[in-house]
Amino acid sequence: MLIAILIGFVFALFLAFAGKYLKGKLSILISLIPLGLFVYFLQYIPSISEGKLLVENHQWIPSFGVNLNFRLDGLALLFSLMITGIGTLVFAYTSSYLKNHIYLDRFYAYLLVFMGAMLGLVLSDNLITLFVFWELTSISSFFLIGFNNTNPDSRRSAQTALAVTGIGGLLFLAGALILGNIAGTYQISEMIPLSEMIGQNAHYVLAVALIFGAAFTKSAQFPFHFWLPGAMKAPTPVSTYLHSATMVKAGIYLLFRLSPVLGGQAFWNTTLLIVGAVTMFYAAFHTLFRTDLKGVLAYSTIAALGILTFLIGLGTHEALLAAGVFILVHALYKATLFLMTGAIDLGTKTRDVTALSGLRKVMLPIAVAGILAAISNAGIPPSVGFLGKDLIYESTLHFDHSSAIFLTILAVATNVLIAYAGYVAGVKPFIGKLPTGMENVDFPPLLIWLPPVLLAVLGFVFGIFPGLIQESLIKPILTSVVQNASDVHLKLWHGFTPILGLSVLTISLGLLLYFLWKPTKSKEDFIERFERISPKSILENLAILFERGSDLWTRIFQNGYLRNYISVIIIFLVGLVSVTLLKNTTYNIDYSSFSRLTVYEVVTLVIMILSIGFAVFTKSRLAAVAATGVMGYSICLFFVFYSAPDLAMTQFTIDTLTVILFVLVLYKLPKYLKLSDYKTRVKDAVISTAFGGLITILALEVLAQPVNEEISNYYAENSYILAHGKNVVNVILVDFRGTDTMVEISVLTIAAIGVFGLLKLRLKSSERKQK
Amino acid sequence: MEFLLAIMTGILYAAGLYMMLRRSLVKLIIGLIMISNGANLLIFLLGRITKGHPPIIKGSAEVFADIYADPVPQALILTAIVISFGLQSFAIILVKRAYKVVKTDDLDEMNTTDEEI
Repeated sequence: MLIAILIGFVFALFLAFAGKYLKGKLSILISLIPLGLFVYFLQYIPSISEGKLLVENHQWIPSFGVNLNFRLDGLALLFSLMITGIGTLVFAYTSSYLKNHIYLDRFYAYLLVFMGAMLGLVLSDNLITLFVFWELTSISSFFLIGFNNTNPDSRRSAQTALAVTGIGGLLFLAGALILGNIAGTYQISEMIPLSEMIGQNAHYVLAVALIFGAAFTKSAQFPFHFWLPGAMKAPTPVSTYLHSATMVKAGIYLLFRLSPVLGGQAFWNTTLLIVGAVTMFYAAFHTLFRTDLKGVLAYSTIAALGILTFLIGLGTHEALLAAGVFILVHALYKATLFLMTGAIDLGTKTRDVTALSGLRKVMLPIAVAGILAAISNAGIPPSVGFLGKDLIYESTLHFDHSSAIFLTILAVATNVLIAYAGYVAGVKPFIGKLPTGMENVDFPPLLIWLPPVLLAVLGFVFGIFPGLIQESLIKPILTSVVQNASDVHLKLWHGFTPILGLSVLTISLGLLLYFLWKPTKSKEDFIERFERISPKSILENLAILFERGSDLWTRIFQNGYLRNYISVIIIFLVGLVSVTLLKNTTYNIDYSSFSRLTVYEVVTLVIMILSIGFAVFTKSRLAAVAATGVMGYSICLFFVFYSAPDLAMTQFTIDTLTVILFVLVLYKLPKYLKLSDYKTRVKDAVISTAFGGLITILALEVLAQPVNEEISNYYAENSYILAHGKNVVNVILVDFRGTDTMVEISVLTIAAIGVFGLLKLRLKSSERKQK
Repeated sequence: MEFLLAIMTGILYAAGLYMMLRRSLVKLIIGLIMISNGANLLIFLLGRITKGHPPIIKGSAEVFADIYADPVPQALILTAIVISFGLQSFAIILVKRAYKVVKTDDLDEMNTTDEEI
């Protein structure tokens, strides 16, 4: 299983290097990867449906309980099949859709990474590994959504999507850590028996709230739904893949997966019910106002995700069963509708639903796929959509609570609106009169029309023969999240029940709505006016504020003025050290321990102070340099006075060299000006004086402490005995610490090379022009 | 004397910092030289100063008979002097070069890496 997950990443890496050879017709070969994986997962259907599990464990960081635990059960199998199955079709579709695109190889690499991450996500049994894959899907989807990177809108949408799902990812990590701490393990399968204990823990609500945050952002639940319509800027294959079967279902998957661990508590169910209900109705209502085909589909996707959240919130066996079936149903028809949209877009160059009609005359297979998908979407028998809708109503009607009727009404209303959206997207573009100018639309190539037709037909095959999926796919889903799951019976005909009535009502109301309500631009404009108070604009404004804040921060602290950096550092240093000095230090300077003053010392000191003052205040650069030289020679004298002949010699040489170098180089420089005004100079003087004073006090403080001479004594005693040298300083440098000296010489060499390079460097003609 | 030397060190630091806060590149380098001299003096002072007893073993003796100046700070300072020379010479050449390219030695006029947009 690990290999199956890693294949995507490995091939993505391979494409990064060898992709350019696979760009042309060969690109179709890449879809063999998901196809192979699809077949690989198909072979597990018999054993999974018998109730077996496939478990694979690899140690990763066992000391933290973070391991690569993979587990293939019914739920994971359904998702894996959708990821690889729809993946295969999307990969094949892409090779035609983005034919001759310059970055096709890159696109495939992103898709492969995404597919690998998604597989890892659904197969992980460890919360931390799950988190890693969760983040990988966010990151790879960022690249996919922003694939048209020359379009600013597209980049923006990608950023929004990354920001929202990225924040969700962080919430997930926090939630996972808390949950792991409560349970003492990160393995989800080990948490299930501890469910009751977790539910009683004081931090249960916090952990659940964090995980909700993650799932709601990923699965575009209100009020985090806004990134999903924005993500429609991506190329259609991406929308298909991300929004029908994979990315947005990850949040649902997480809720589904954790419902045996965290479910059964009032907080869990109520929150999910409310959020799901609000999302599904809000989004379904919004489909009424969209004219862009992808916009309609985006909102109907959000509505479908809302339904799923809602069903998991209901939490009964029936509801979970309905959710499992609906995941499959939705993936089939929504992928079809997206692929169909892509085909229309490719042929007619527009996705405006008001401008499209009669396309059946030019792209019949697409029309068939679209209409079949719309039928499945509306829940008209004998499609699999009918089964899904039936189960939803069944679970709301049988919900053991006084709100059952209300919830059912809400579900019916949402489904009516979703049915409407399906008609608009899947039927409207194909019926009626073909507008002028579209007669010459090319018939779509095989790889464009075959995938949607396949998916649409599959939706009907499963609908007519529910036995195909009943035991093999659907029941294992239920067994993977509930104990002692009852038998599952999927069938089209239940007899005359209230549920059948509701289905008929939904279908007919949806049709009625479709004939009465026409999407127009003005209606879309109308709803756009409310954008200002939508969660999206609130978040965007927050983002702008944050940007301004960081801009301000940067301008204050990273202003590019060296002296400001130095001042800030010095002021903080002086402030912090003086606080400590004032608090914890007793001042006792023992003057008696100091050596006595002599005349020549005082004279040298005076010369030095004068030269420093001269260097600071002179208006001539040459004088300043000369004064610096005088200062160096005075220090040299001090070294002579205090028994350091080697230092004196070095200082003398170096100082002479520096002054010569200065004079040689600097006579060409511009006038030596006082550039700062009086106020700045006073301010700088105050800072400098404080700093100098601090150093003096520190020096005196240190002088009051006893000195440790152990090291010095060692060197002095062994200088002749071990190293046969009588000048101890020299012996230290060339013998005891010889390696250090060698490194020092290399530093000097590097400096010398740098100097040489700077002197010999010739500017390129372009640089010279800039001057 | 130590007291006066401590004050001297402070003056060197203060003057060096003041020069480093100026806008002229040349003053910056002079400030750098002053601070490095101040640092040398500080180390020298904190290693305790001794008059007239260099750390050199006399004549045929194998170890010190008398008191001697601490050799460790001296070794450190010797290294520091040489390294700071490397730094200074590089900085001086860099100033020359920078002046040749941007025609100024005012730090305020060279604080952007790109052309302002």
